[in-house]
Amino acid sequence: MEFTVRACSGHGRVGSLRLASGLEFETPSLLMITRRGLPVVIPPEMLMDLHPDSRACQFTPMHFLEDPLAAVVAKAGGVHKLASLTGFAMVAVARDSLGNEIAGEEASNLGASFETSSGRRIVGLEKYMEVVNACKPDLWVSLPDEVPHWVPEKRNRESVDHTSQWLDHCLSLQHAEHGNRCLGVVVGAGSLEERARSAEQAATRNVAGFSLAGFGLGEDVAQRGFHLEVAIAKLPNDKLRHVCGLGSPEEVLQAVGAGIDLLDSTYPYMLTKECLAMTFPLKMEVPLRNADRDMQPTPDHGVASGFSLAKVNLRSATYGGGRIDETPLVTGCKCYTCKRHTKVYINQLLNSNETLAQTLLEIHNTYHYLEFFKAIRESIKADKFHEFRTWFTSQRVFGMTYDVSESFVA
Amino acid sequence: MLGISPSMALRFEVLARHNRARASRLTLPHYEALTPLFMPVGTQGTIKGLTNDQLEDLDCQIILGNTYHLALRPGADLLDTIGGLHKFMNWPRALLTDSGGFQMVSLLHLADITEEGVTFQSPVDGKPMLLTPEDSIQIQNKIGADIIMALDDVVKTTTTGPRVEEAMYRTLRWIDRCIAAHSRPHEQNLFGIVQGGLDPQLRDICLEGLVARNLPGYAIGGLAGGEGKDAFWRVVAQCTAGLPEDKPRYVMGIGFPLDIVVCTALGADMYDCVYPTRTARFGSALVSEGVLRLTHAAMATDYRPLDSSCTCMVCKRYTRAYLHTLVTKEAMGSQLVSYHNISHMMQLSRNLHSSILEGRFPE
Repeated sequence: MEFTVRACSGHGRVGSLRLASGLEFETPSLLMITRRGLPVVIPPEMLMDLHPDSRACQFTPMHFLEDPLAAVVAKAGGVHKLASLTGFAMVAVARDSLGNEIAGEEASNLGASFETSSGRRIVGLEKYMEVVNACKPDLWVSLPDEVPHWVPEKRNRESVDHTSQWLDHCLSLQHAEHGNRCLGVVVGAGSLEERARSAEQAATRNVAGFSLAGFGLGEDVAQRGFHLEVAIAKLPNDKLRHVCGLGSPEEVLQAVGAGIDLLDSTYPYMLTKECLAMTFPLKMEVPLRNADRDMQPTPDHGVASGFSLAKVNLRSATYGGGRIDETPLVTGCKCYTCKRHTKVYINQLLNSNETLAQTLLEIHNTYHYLEFFKAIRESIKADKFHEFRTWFTSQRVFGMTYDVSESFVA
Repeated sequence: MLGISPSMALRFEVLARHNRARASRLTLPHYEALTPLFMPVGTQGTIKGLTNDQLEDLDCQIILGNTYHLALRPGADLLDTIGGLHKFMNWPRALLTDSGGFQMVSLLHLADITEEGVTFQSPVDGKPMLLTPEDSIQIQNKIGADIIMALDDVVKTTTTGPRVEEAMYRTLRWIDRCIAAHSRPHEQNLFGIVQGGLDPQLRDICLEGLVARNLPGYAIGGLAGGEGKDAFWRVVAQCTAGLPEDKPRYVMGIGFPLDIVVCTALGADMYDCVYPTRTARFGSALVSEGVLRLTHAAMATDYRPLDSSCTCMVCKRYTRAYLHTLVTKEAMGSQLVSYHNISHMMQLSRNLHSSILEGRFPE
């Protein structure tokens, strides 16, 4: 595995990551969410062509702890073969970002508490590494003792100690022939000192990179910024940095701005579940609009126009006559859904509770988010990341969530 | 212009026969299909989570939309304004819509059938509503499918007594009203439906009446509802014998592979059923040996594909064991099984067509 930093803009950097499998892609990169190895709603055979960058996925080892799936993935020879996703990067992230809580309160020397298919249980080191080794991921996160920022000092210190010990233990159990693929976890949520300590310890280990944990747990945004900064300052520049728990556009920008290279994000899927289509503009050249909450949406909102519309809600209650919206979710979008289907059609699918609606929405939302990551990388290469971040954040402040009880018969 | 008579919008050419079975080409306004064929049921204009690309990859030639559901949502007028269901869904191949009557009778407990039409309670506001033959055809004209079905008076095969006869005669009276109401005979093919329950005399009368109307195609209705197999096959045999050779024959509601093979042997060409996708939702896969229950514990250690003779995406990529772990836990599980089940039915259709064509149907 090789990681090379290619360009910088502030602390943000574009890198190229070349995995042992030969797959190469640019960072910062989005890791798409999977469950038990497969995308949640996107047909697996459509994943390759979804977008030029749709090559990297995350998965949770916790789903593979028990039989029969534990045995099945071992017999298949790893998660790539199991899910027929050879040609993809599969990154093992312990934290299940689709909503399950982290340990927080409980842990022991033996392992941390996680939600598994058979309920919450302590996952020990041997078991964790057994699963990791059976899955053969391209990159994997060491077993974390991840706690939120409000735990007592003592517990926080303990989490730093555990995490560091478990990193060593995981490294001792990794399969040699799989090479150096470990992302060492850095915790320390409640205290900047502990955060620095955790990072210092991880930095000395022989790892491929680092995974910053303890975020996305209700912490103050400014505090999060300090934690990211403090941790990254202690980490070597030439190794990968992943963060879990952060996924919204603003969080991505904050993380990238601090120097993060990889994020797994449920943001597209969260929108899909709420019947929302991602429509925020991606090009800085588009002028900012003034806040105008009474403005009627035009059909041509999205990538091509300046309209500051972050999301389009596709659930509609009424058809009242008038104009039917036969435009795609985002005009000009080149995703499968936008090239083939209209808002009014997807609306109909949603109102009929058809699962195809989720599939089509998720394809678009994932595509759009990959385009967002691409725009981030372009801005870094042009040394304009700060401007991009400022532009994006300010236009989002003005953007309204266009609630479509508004139908596509407007 | 298609067809040989002014009221047709299709061409049907029998390419080969084996006894009573036929392999044919059915040319419709939107697509040239090969029969025998199975039509997956798409309710709202989509087949349970599958994209258009997937449906084309699977070789689906004609898909079925339910008029009742489409009329409710998004509504016939909206579809009309957009230019029809094909355009709405962006489906480039053929579509067939049912009359709406069957769904009402099966879904709405308070449905009642009179000479006027089917009366029911509106699912939206509970008010009494009426679906007449004219209404059904007008709605189907707006939806714009290649094949539309006449509104028939359908009774269960387990029904006995004068009701069966009443329903058969009413179906004949209604076909004339459907024909009169049909405003797009050059673009949409109106199929009549043969009724008459299990009574051969009633079936004969219905056959004669419908054949005399010179419709583009015919369906055999009122079956697959609890009658015994022998009775079922007997009625199908009688109907195919009484229907014209040069027009397509559609047995409605048939989805078990064995039934399709037998009906094909008896001279039928088209089939539809929700069974393949419905059974997928319960974790059952259709395979050459029969039905595979993926939820069964034995599947957990079975590393074979669903069906070793199937070339679909699911069988190429995934094992029974993996699918077993998915089916009860992830939506993707039943999605994949649905995909395979449709593939199975399409493969069956292709096999029937090519085996008749190549003179090896008995196998």
